[in-house]
Amino acid sequence: MAHAGTLAIQGLNKQYEVKGEALPVLQDISLTIEPGEFVSIVGSSGCGKSTLLRLIIGLEEGYQGEILLDGTRIKGTNLNRGIVFQEHRLFPWLNVEKNIGLGLLNSGLTEGQQRLTIREHIELVGLQGFETAYPHQLSGGMSQRVAIARALVNRPDILLLDEPFGALDAMTRAHLQQELHRIWEKEGITMILVTHDVEEAVYLGDKVVVMEPRPGRIRRTIPVPLAHPRERTSHAFTTVKDRVLREFADHGTAELAEPPLRRDEQQAAVSAWQFAI
Amino acid sequence: MSIENSSVVVPPALRGWVLPALILLLWWWAVASGWSTSPLLVSPGAVWDRAVQQLGSGELAVALSASLWRMAWGFAIGSGIGLAFGVLLGSSRWFDRLVGPSFHTLKQISLFAWIPMLTMWFGLGDGAKIAFVAMAAFFPVVLNTFEGIRSVPREYIEVARVCAFSPWQLLTRVIAPSAAPSVFTGIQLSLIYTWLATLGAEYLLASGKGIGNTLIDGREHFEMDLVLFGVVVIGLVGFVLNAVLGALEKRLLAWRERTVARY
Repeated sequence: MAHAGTLAIQGLNKQYEVKGEALPVLQDISLTIEPGEFVSIVGSSGCGKSTLLRLIIGLEEGYQGEILLDGTRIKGTNLNRGIVFQEHRLFPWLNVEKNIGLGLLNSGLTEGQQRLTIREHIELVGLQGFETAYPHQLSGGMSQRVAIARALVNRPDILLLDEPFGALDAMTRAHLQQELHRIWEKEGITMILVTHDVEEAVYLGDKVVVMEPRPGRIRRTIPVPLAHPRERTSHAFTTVKDRVLREFADHGTAELAEPPLRRDEQQAAVSAWQFAI
Repeated sequence: MSIENSSVVVPPALRGWVLPALILLLWWWAVASGWSTSPLLVSPGAVWDRAVQQLGSGELAVALSASLWRMAWGFAIGSGIGLAFGVLLGSSRWFDRLVGPSFHTLKQISLFAWIPMLTMWFGLGDGAKIAFVAMAAFFPVVLNTFEGIRSVPREYIEVARVCAFSPWQLLTRVIAPSAAPSVFTGIQLSLIYTWLATLGAEYLLASGKGIGNTLIDGREHFEMDLVLFGVVVIGLVGFVLNAVLGALEKRLLAWRERTVARY
């Protein structure tokens, strides 16, 4: 079993420059996540939940405050943190095995160990028989399983999930939520799930963090004191779900246009790697 | 007649041959029936005889190998430099800002405008011809390599960063394969251009041997059969080049076959 990390976020602030003006994206975020805990973060678009995840994984830099993993400040990306994006982001020129193997390229494992680890993870996400399939031959749900395997193959201390099932149909989504829960229990690692699906957040989370936008802040953290397996239609489940939904209802102005952040983000990312060469 | 019926008359695989065959037939008939007695139109039989003579005497081998040799050198030099240049232009903002504007200005100049300068620098021999062919190869490779590298999806680069790739791993495992289809298009265009440019160079810098010179000889001696034979050879070489490239692309970039651009 992998080592599970403790994530401590203290007084985190993040802002973007838009046309010379500072635009706060995240304001005074403080959050502690225990080893092996599953935390769901929900919020409407523009509340900075994805930015928070990108800061934790290390794709986004320049913040005030602290993000500590086991007491060490996060700087840049690291193999001890894995992420699953909303799109599967598999490389279309590599088959399933090799896509998963990308995560191990810098792991220091021997080739034999790598093969073994890849096989274990293909089994973990239930894709035996598809080792040599190419991404275009896979369904959306299968592709996302491969992406989960790629993120887990390094046995990270913490796994981040950025709306991983957002683009899937309802049936597949429900099934993969179950699968993700099974993987979480088996691996025992810390997971943070960003989603806009309240039911998903309650189904999987030990606690649900509700964020509100402009600037992104934590509105409330709601514990989910329910045993697994959780029954989505049970009274206890819907009670918690309603509590989370009420946080949204109280906040009527949530759905405004999203600020134009993506563009600047994009340019920054491109120039970063271009200077690296 | 419906489409299904026409496919019974001519099998799909042979459909492309229908038009050339008809033209050949018309050509043969025009001469044989005495409909055209112009010395500008010789019979297909005369061209065939000329082909046999050119093959038998070894003149075709000399001319064709000289042309292909020029083309190969020009292509190797032009596309080699073009690839390196395109990678630099695509991956370094600094380099793009420094030489990008000059490059984009130069590419607007017609290749033929360079010929007077090339002849002054390299004379009328193979040097100038190869330089001309190399220039024709250079531009499409640069433009498509640049385009390919610039359009590597940001999403893939983020995956590489999450997997802690080194710059070398990023280049060889993400940027190169992702840009490969575009680079290949550039090389394909460049090969077609170099064949055109080879003929242009031989025709405009008429010295030595080559298929272009065969055409010039035919015109000067008013041997229409030789001119037509030269045109057929040029067309065939182009056809073979295209077929080889098509097969190569299918093999190397098989993964792209059914991958609809998702990013």
